[in-house]
Amino acid sequence: MERLLRIDRRIIFAFVAVAVIVSLLLEFRLPVPATPPVENIFSKIESLPQGAHLLLAFDYDPSSKEELQPMAIALLHHCYQKNLRVIGMTLWPGGTGLAEQAVTQVASQYGKKNGEDYVFLGYKPGVASLIINMGEDLYTAFPKDFYGNDTSTLPALKGVESLKDIDYVIDLAAGATIETWIAFGKEKYRFEMGAGCTAVIGPDLYPFLDSRQINGLMAGLKGAAEYESLVGRKAQATEGMRPQSVTHVLVIVFILFSNAVFILSGGLRTVRRGK
Amino acid sequence: MTFLKRGVPLGIAFLMGVLMAFQYYVPHEHSKAFLELMTRWDKIIAGFAVFIGAYSLFHLHYTRIKRRAAGWGYSFFVFVGAFVTIAFGLYNGGEAFWHDKKEGTMFDWIYMNIQVPAGATIFSILAFFMASAAYRTFRARTVESTVLLVAAIIVMLGRVPVGALISQYIPVAADWIMGVPNLAAKRGILLGVSLGAIATSIKIIFGVERQYLGGGD
Amino acid sequence: MRKDRDFWILVGTLALFGAVNISFFLVGRLQVNWEDFGIVLAAGITLTMYSFLYKDNPAFKIAENMYVGVALGYTVIITWFNALKPDLYDPLLVPLFTWERTPEYLLFAPMVLGVFMLMRLSTRLAWLSRWPFAFVVGLGAGITIPNYIHTFVLKQIEPSLRPVFSGGETVYMSINTLLILLGVISVLIYFFFSTEHKGPIGVVSKIGIWFLMVSFGASFGYTVMGRMSLLIGRTMFLLKDWLGVVQ
Repeated sequence: MERLLRIDRRIIFAFVAVAVIVSLLLEFRLPVPATPPVENIFSKIESLPQGAHLLLAFDYDPSSKEELQPMAIALLHHCYQKNLRVIGMTLWPGGTGLAEQAVTQVASQYGKKNGEDYVFLGYKPGVASLIINMGEDLYTAFPKDFYGNDTSTLPALKGVESLKDIDYVIDLAAGATIETWIAFGKEKYRFEMGAGCTAVIGPDLYPFLDSRQINGLMAGLKGAAEYESLVGRKAQATEGMRPQSVTHVLVIVFILFSNAVFILSGGLRTVRRGK
Repeated sequence: MTFLKRGVPLGIAFLMGVLMAFQYYVPHEHSKAFLELMTRWDKIIAGFAVFIGAYSLFHLHYTRIKRRAAGWGYSFFVFVGAFVTIAFGLYNGGEAFWHDKKEGTMFDWIYMNIQVPAGATIFSILAFFMASAAYRTFRARTVESTVLLVAAIIVMLGRVPVGALISQYIPVAADWIMGVPNLAAKRGILLGVSLGAIATSIKIIFGVERQYLGGGD
Repeated sequence: MRKDRDFWILVGTLALFGAVNISFFLVGRLQVNWEDFGIVLAAGITLTMYSFLYKDNPAFKIAENMYVGVALGYTVIITWFNALKPDLYDPLLVPLFTWERTPEYLLFAPMVLGVFMLMRLSTRLAWLSRWPFAFVVGLGAGITIPNYIHTFVLKQIEPSLRPVFSGGETVYMSINTLLILLGVISVLIYFFFSTEHKGPIGVVSKIGIWFLMVSFGASFGYTVMGRMSLLIGRTMFLLKDWLGVVQ
């Protein structure tokens, strides 16, 4: 019986691969109701007037693309539908290309013009210093946008001097940047902030949700799928919920099965004797 | 010379630390202008750090090649990848690097078709290893590990649509786990880590913590 | 024998990958242009990375090392175009030599400190790099103290000390408020090693362990979710963008 616990790990890999592929190939619908933390972000964007400024920080790189890019795209659709002025930027150099692609591709679907309806500021190093610099003066922090245009001449930034003038900031993060944005941005310059993050760091952010330092939180592909359902545009994240459900069940079956085998083969007795 | 090597950096760290901490409590125009200038400088200095990182990586792989360490041949590909990308980046679609960045160049193509798929895939491999670890090592050996295991199962089920299909209470239980015990534990950790960071900052300002000086005299 | 088998697996996989792509180009599913060639390359890299699941192999190592190099190259170039060029080269160095406008002389200081930082690469002048590091570390320490106290200490203690009942709460909410307070205190006590964990302190620290275990369980669940999402994304790319079997 114990042999079952020592099977070649490639057999487990094969189970996972088949579960993902088959559940992507088979069409079946699963409801993705939005949870309150995701709804709060949606409601905040809904409440913003046309032309309001929304800063979207793409603080991730290709390693988190599959979780955060669908989230960014769903958010951008909502922002452009609401005719908000989107200001895109990143604190991660590796994420610059992905951020630029998301901002411009979604903008082109709504006929939005660069510099007039949206701005992509690109990457800057410094993290906390950059955020404080933006809080004091956006134009010394980013004298030029990603394309080399003088930011002080861009119509999309009209009415914005610093972070204090931004109506809503959303940080999409794969690391500790949400905390940095809260400490050196939100709390210092008093703007409303929401956050999206990879599932791995999701649990760490609940204290900030409770203290209302972020008004909403989207965690992982599930968070993106919830936002897609709120925007009414079911795309990659919603599609991903099928394999996501199946693989979670598979992992749980693995845990339960291996524990059952462990107990039946006298593993617990060995542990107790060891004590 | 010791003054220049040790005294000056310790003095800079002390002065910057005290001024920046003090600035927080003085929202005067001059104080804010000073903060803006210093953070702007810091941002520029941080830009130079990328070259240190590049050198470290190149040096590591150069040493591996020089010493013929195990798998040294693969290190050549680090240089190939870096030099081809940097070369196309500097070429900037024919406009050279001292002009503004051109869009849609070979540099962007390399990023989208090599860095993005490779980066995304490398981390996705962990999905297989997590499943394998769940099967091979995740055991309810003690009461504590059983608590961990039960919480993990509820959260895994409660965070996907299938959880609600099994029972409407699973997502509710997952929400409670996330919003009460998880929140409390994470807040406790956050408070501990933050107090640690504050203590380290004070030690840096007063020269007790000097690791940033590196080795030597 | 085993090496032979691995060799033939490699040849077979390459042949299959080549045949699939050639047939895609022949039937017009993929066009002969840079965009579609990029899809083929990305699919090749994705599969090469996954070949590690069978066993560590030279193709994986080549792709892995190439990725490290490309990522580094990308960071260097992006830092130049997004940071050093607009923040230093354009406002200071260009006007200094062309005199088209007044140079921003104040930027001399960070430039000098930046160059000093690079001195870390020299054996004789490495000590100069301590100055910029002291600047960066000192500034970081200075801004950390007040902002962390405000954001992560005071603002986090505040909701933990929320009144259990101030009107409008349900019993369930009040119990949760108490549980959060108990959890925060017990976890802090668990991490407090200056006192021996015996007696009442031991009991509270034991409660702290339980809170931590639930929290680690939640983190494990979320980590599984995250890693699976990444795998789903890559599989979607292969099935949708490359093979076209999923719409």
